[in-house]
Amino acid sequence: MIAEAFDRQPQRSKQLILDRLRGRAVKSKGLPEIDRSRLVRFDDPLAQFRETLGFVGGESHLVDSPEQVREILMGIEVFANAERIASTYPEAIEPTVQLDRTGDPHLLSSLDWTVVRGEFAIAENGAIWIDGGTLPHRVMIFIAQYLAIVVSRSQIVDHMHDAYARIGTPEPGFGVFVSGPSKTADIEQSLVLGAHGCRKLQVFLTP
Amino acid sequence: MSTALPIVDHPQAAKEFVTNVPRSHWHDDSLWFVRTKRDRQAQSLPEWEYLRESASAIKRHTIANLPDYLQEFEANATRMGAVVHWAADADEHNEIVLELLQKNHTQRIIKSKSMLTEECGLNEFLIENGIDVVDTDLGERIVQLRGETPSHIVLPAIHIKKEEVGETFHRHLGTRKGEADPQVLTEAARGHLRGKFLEGEVGITGVNFGIAETGGIVVCTNEGNADLGVSLPRIHIACMGIEKLIPRFENLGVFTRLLARSATGQPITSYTSHFHGPRDENSELHIVLVDNGRSRIRDSDTFRDALNCIRCGACMNTCPVYRRSGGHSYQATVPGPIGSVLGPTKDMKAHKSLPYACSLCGSCTDVCPVKIPLHHQLLAWRGVLVGKRLLAWNKRIGMKAASWLFRHPRLFFAAGYMARTALRYLPHSLTHNRLNEWAIDRELPEPPKQSFRAWYAKNRSEKQPEESR
Repeated sequence: MIAEAFDRQPQRSKQLILDRLRGRAVKSKGLPEIDRSRLVRFDDPLAQFRETLGFVGGESHLVDSPEQVREILMGIEVFANAERIASTYPEAIEPTVQLDRTGDPHLLSSLDWTVVRGEFAIAENGAIWIDGGTLPHRVMIFIAQYLAIVVSRSQIVDHMHDAYARIGTPEPGFGVFVSGPSKTADIEQSLVLGAHGCRKLQVFLTP
Repeated sequence: MSTALPIVDHPQAAKEFVTNVPRSHWHDDSLWFVRTKRDRQAQSLPEWEYLRESASAIKRHTIANLPDYLQEFEANATRMGAVVHWAADADEHNEIVLELLQKNHTQRIIKSKSMLTEECGLNEFLIENGIDVVDTDLGERIVQLRGETPSHIVLPAIHIKKEEVGETFHRHLGTRKGEADPQVLTEAARGHLRGKFLEGEVGITGVNFGIAETGGIVVCTNEGNADLGVSLPRIHIACMGIEKLIPRFENLGVFTRLLARSATGQPITSYTSHFHGPRDENSELHIVLVDNGRSRIRDSDTFRDALNCIRCGACMNTCPVYRRSGGHSYQATVPGPIGSVLGPTKDMKAHKSLPYACSLCGSCTDVCPVKIPLHHQLLAWRGVLVGKRLLAWNKRIGMKAASWLFRHPRLFFAAGYMARTALRYLPHSLTHNRLNEWAIDRELPEPPKQSFRAWYAKNRSEKQPEESR
């Protein structure tokens, strides 16, 4: 079995698959363009975003300054007691874990909180786009027990079409839409927040 | 009755599940709950039907031009720093993955959900070769610990009751005996799997969408297990069926709006992750493109649209047969309506009963976000099976007899008269004997007083147009 595996000729299978596909020409219409005028528009994208975020299990806060973010977080018991905090938003939260000095992402396994910036938010589904380029370690947003995302409330698009248009051409790297906390309903369809990732999600909407 | 009879397979496999009436109803209700959540989300978007049409058109266009888009994808993924592998079939896919693991001297794999790797039997293959594979999706972990297979492509453990999960976790994870609270059980799995995540040496994921234009891949999860699984180890292997491709980055707008709404009635999955190349210069991203029969489906004008499938599971949630008979009754990697279309493409004989596990109600076709004409395809399969003489003898003879009868109007008239008369006088024990399977749970209709022909002659004959006979 193992010998066979190393005897494979990778290019052969590529050619085989392409030949199989090219052996059957299939006529098709062109790629359709989306007619933007047919897509939903929200009168109040901010209100829609907050409502949807609540529906998917996240909590949102309207804030006007980094100090306010800090105040609200300090009022949350699990934050006030947190020891290991990663933050890319030092204006409000000073990190207690120095990410640039952490080489191995496994060392972040005991993170209590992560506070990061989001690029923009989406009204229709409560999602926030996080550009992996802003994260010293991408695992920080998945491994922390709790997650807070700071995003400007002036940066809310209506739907995913606008979201992808806004991202433009992706650079090499990583990006993720986060919509609410990690969740599962795999046991009898009972919704449980905090499956593998963050147990709760706080979203701070700055001016 | 012998299992060699094609029509028996699915009913036979479903028997245990459906004879447990309360459980069958519980299963039915669970899935209907998901279906109603889907409806609420679909109805919340005025452009829902427009999105379905667009998704269908994009997929059709992609499948038609698949060889070009695959090459474009490979070129761009390589440019992004990923390594693209091509696997003609399941065996080759498994060997490519094993080779990668052995080359890197890795033993511990953390896996997120991938129906493709289920289809290829990757777990069993790796375990046979001494590799430790841990499924990290909670539902998949539950079925893995129980030595079962997923019964649904999105909700792998939908057939298992919480008390049974508690029993499994008590045995494997040391939770309290009798614990059945989903919150507590999920917490136990979280703790257990955290350890596995930290030990994992390679992360394996499926792929929801591959983008030809950018060479990127998109993975959608609610639990965040795919992300944890690939953000810790140095190596990420993404296994992708060749039909998972979409041409442009902007096309994701259509599909990310449809997928979770159709699947679980969420506006989007909690995490929608976009990978363009490996994490950093020390990391590796391998993308394994797998054919395994897909090019053959593409050859068929009748079944080609089945390649549109984005594996949302909406057709299962709505299917009256699936909901009552459970996913395992299909004895195929993908169950439900789409599985009944795909199964026979792999092995017509083995899965010949699946196109009959269907009432042709058409509900699957109505909810499919990429507009696969599922019930039409299931009907078409029956035609193919009859042509190949794979139909059960009792159906075959019945059909032949009916066809002969319909071709002989006088005999048809006589048969109708006899049936109407007989139904009136025959004792129940004779019409509901064991040979008449149809009548096991049904009553025969009240016989009408006269035939339609007689009624027509009496009431409408004077208005008959002249040209008709």
